[in-house]
Amino acid sequence: MRKISLQKIDLMFAEIANNMSLYLPVDQNDGKAAYTKWEEGKKWSNALNTVKSPKDFFFPQTEDMMEFKVEGKNVEVIDTRKVSEDFVVFGVRACDVKAFDILDRVFLVDPRDSYYATKREHGIIVSVACTRPSETCFCSAFGIDPAEPKADVSVWKTEDELFMQSNTEKGEKLLKMIEGLTEEANDEKVKEQKEQISKIMKKLPLADLDTSKFGGGKTDDFFKAPEWDELSETCLGCGTCTFVCPTCQCYDIKDFNTGKGIIRYRCWDSCMYSEFTRMAHGNNRNSQKERFRQRFMHKLVYYPENNDGIFGCVGCGRCVSRCPISMNIVKVMKKLGGKENE
Amino acid sequence: MNNTNETLIPKVGVITDVRIDTADIKTFRVVTPDGKKAFEHMPGQCAMLSIPGVGEAMFSITSSPTNTEYMEFSIKKCGCVTEWLHQAEVGQQITIRGPYGNAFPVDSDEFKGKKLLFIAGGIGIAPLRSVINYCRYYRDDYKSINLVYGSRSMDDLVNYNEIINEWAKDKEMYVYLTVDKEDPDWVKHVGFVPNYVKELKYTPDRVAIVCGPPIMIKFTVAALKELGFKDTQIYTTMELRMKCGVGKCGRCNIGSKYVCKDGPVFRYDELGELPDEY
Amino acid sequence: MQKITSEMLIEKATELLTNGTVSTVLGWKKGECDYDVSPAEFKSVEEVKNEFIYNDFSAANLSKYLIKRTEKVHGQALVFLNPEKKILVFLKPCDTYSFNQLLTEHRLDRESVYAVGVQCDGMIDIEKVKKIAGDGILSVDCSGEDIIVKTLYNDDMTIAKADVLAERCVNCKSKKHVAYDELLGETGEVIDSNRFDEVEKLEKMTADERFAFWQNELSKCIRCNACRDACPACTCEKCVFDNPKSGVENKSPANSFEEKLFHIIRAYHVAGRCTDCGECSRVCPQNIPLHLLNRKFIKDMNEFYGDYQAGAEVGSRAPLVNYTTSDIEPGEVFDRGDEDA
Repeated sequence: MRKISLQKIDLMFAEIANNMSLYLPVDQNDGKAAYTKWEEGKKWSNALNTVKSPKDFFFPQTEDMMEFKVEGKNVEVIDTRKVSEDFVVFGVRACDVKAFDILDRVFLVDPRDSYYATKREHGIIVSVACTRPSETCFCSAFGIDPAEPKADVSVWKTEDELFMQSNTEKGEKLLKMIEGLTEEANDEKVKEQKEQISKIMKKLPLADLDTSKFGGGKTDDFFKAPEWDELSETCLGCGTCTFVCPTCQCYDIKDFNTGKGIIRYRCWDSCMYSEFTRMAHGNNRNSQKERFRQRFMHKLVYYPENNDGIFGCVGCGRCVSRCPISMNIVKVMKKLGGKENE
Repeated sequence: MNNTNETLIPKVGVITDVRIDTADIKTFRVVTPDGKKAFEHMPGQCAMLSIPGVGEAMFSITSSPTNTEYMEFSIKKCGCVTEWLHQAEVGQQITIRGPYGNAFPVDSDEFKGKKLLFIAGGIGIAPLRSVINYCRYYRDDYKSINLVYGSRSMDDLVNYNEIINEWAKDKEMYVYLTVDKEDPDWVKHVGFVPNYVKELKYTPDRVAIVCGPPIMIKFTVAALKELGFKDTQIYTTMELRMKCGVGKCGRCNIGSKYVCKDGPVFRYDELGELPDEY
Repeated sequence: MQKITSEMLIEKATELLTNGTVSTVLGWKKGECDYDVSPAEFKSVEEVKNEFIYNDFSAANLSKYLIKRTEKVHGQALVFLNPEKKILVFLKPCDTYSFNQLLTEHRLDRESVYAVGVQCDGMIDIEKVKKIAGDGILSVDCSGEDIIVKTLYNDDMTIAKADVLAERCVNCKSKKHVAYDELLGETGEVIDSNRFDEVEKLEKMTADERFAFWQNELSKCIRCNACRDACPACTCEKCVFDNPKSGVENKSPANSFEEKLFHIIRAYHVAGRCTDCGECSRVCPQNIPLHLLNRKFIKDMNEFYGDYQAGAEVGSRAPLVNYTTSDIEPGEVFDRGDEDA
């Protein structure tokens, strides 16, 4: 384990940024943190997390995929994929690290999505332990330990020091890069912090969230539940929950005529949107209830069914704090899971 | 970019023939610019066709894999992409990617050595044509082949010439056509497909492959069950909105199954296990 | 002034459900914690008693929910309503302006609604509370004059409500209920607020500064459509941005021009109809001050055509759809734009 004094942390950022792009949470003018490219003067935010999740780095909100040149009856397809360069995403929380694993299971399975894969290969993730989880946090319900964030490098921030542990070859390389600024350390303070965190975790109001009723093969238990009506009755059908969610992965592919050519791009889409499944001759999810149900069934039943029981939620709490009507997966789980199995 | 294959990036395809089937259905023949088939497929599989700037959509491949020269798509005019295709001329380039989805189990014991009963409604003949021609090509692998095919009117029957001039003349292939409404020029059966299937009194010693509008499928399956068919003997193909074709964009799922990847072919007992949302 | 409590609303809802005046109640429902309040529909006295809440977080404007719920086809109410009975809705003063505006636009059936105006002392912005008290909020007691906050990490804290009021409440334009069948608590007066101060600041900027301001704000947009979907003025059956045939249908900003286009088109579309209820900014997950776009329009219209408040009266003609001989000459508007640009 290595450590660095927090006073020297900007030197460390500078050293990394010298070698490759470095992104980290920085407070914006509204007081909220957002991942920002580090440059001299940018300060690492103390906020627990960013409003937008870091999935953007690998699965951007909008991404050009290819270009077409159309002349008369002729079409030419131009592969505009670029070679990605190494970059570092620093300060990722344990929940969001787990979310990458969930996205990997979609984008990296055959046929591999090369747009996602190259960025993933070149991204180095530095995760940080959460010393002050929020009342909206429920990562522990999904087996995530915020004191043991995974990723290429794990870091623990104390009052005055930053402790670092590499977990992968990529992480090793990164620590090597900043070796001159860091020193060898024992893990005493880290152990202490882990214990504190585990005590706090038990006090979190959503710590007792029960996932045991959900999982693969439970479609019949919940699909026709009358509770969906009540849960979805005031849903606005907006895309906030899906767009702030670190695991939501639905996308649309669209063409944009630039006047000089046609760009085919993909962008985030939301199963909450009314036209998500609309075809020329009909829509198999016509009501907001059906769309709402799809989102939660996907996270709690369908995704685990296809992915060894792993849930499609990491308990980051973003939907809990951002939904315009304060409806979220916690309420859904409590309402649906609270009833006895009939 | 390195040369890693990317399934979302299409090839260029050229329309080399356009056949007018009905007032709103045309069949397009597609090859690559160097005159070859864009890729190999199995009966039931689909391809993504697109017109850059207009959009991309999934279509079932109507030609048989045994056709080594080109692929064909029978397409009904019903949205942006299809409207555009319908005004396309020979020589027009489009894009094509695939194949996507699973296929009918033509090479397994589920089909081999069995009597096959194909039941189609309207444009539903498109995916079945691929299977029928495949089975005709490997004729000895299967027992008798029956086709019950119906449309609104005789002008709406797709692929009429091939059905009459080739299929109906095959040994041990029996074709039964029907139209919904009477017509002075129509001398064959009049009535809906599900009723015709009942009238024909098919015995459940065969495999049924049903494709057509959802309502036609629903009543046909009910008719088959009345005749004693089990869910495990009935196959159909599904269509939902798709964007990627590889189970990642998240919209064509029925429960935990993605129609683009786990379908489009489903056996009825498999479909029965999925939530009723299609 | 008496403090309005949940119990008073629960009592009213119970009374109206029990005596058969209404079959459904639109109100607010308790969540996981004090500030976790959802708009909700209640069908029974039992539901109301168990789950109804009215506190300083009952922020959602319920008027838009009435559209679908009072919709009639060929004079018949749709499934939501028992045709013999009404739907009860609780409206805060600013919500009543939206309610009236929807009536003006014939989007609601007034006869199907029983509107109870609720006195409002301003709603709290939980983000402001968190800025002061820190993360890990366990409870927010807003039953008294000041609010008392308990957190995981700090000592209990007493905060003056004025310090954590939502922006739209700091700049409250009216405590007066402009529509109701019955009142709970008191109704107040139209307030001579400072709500245009921020707009003036923007007006004083150079065109480049202003462009940079909006560039920065709108570049945060994630196109979740929450602003549109929450907006009581956005009630098109099919939004142009959802229509593939419109040519502007988009889920994502394909370029930086489109990013602004969405909000600017929306602001134009609601100009003259926007009551300044502030839902757009409240629901924005990226904290974009969208209300400032709308307020700029309101301010301009006030200056060009005389003071006008959308929703103040049912049936009033908005300046943009009305012509009077005293209207400002287009040339003057053009010249004004020239000065600023």
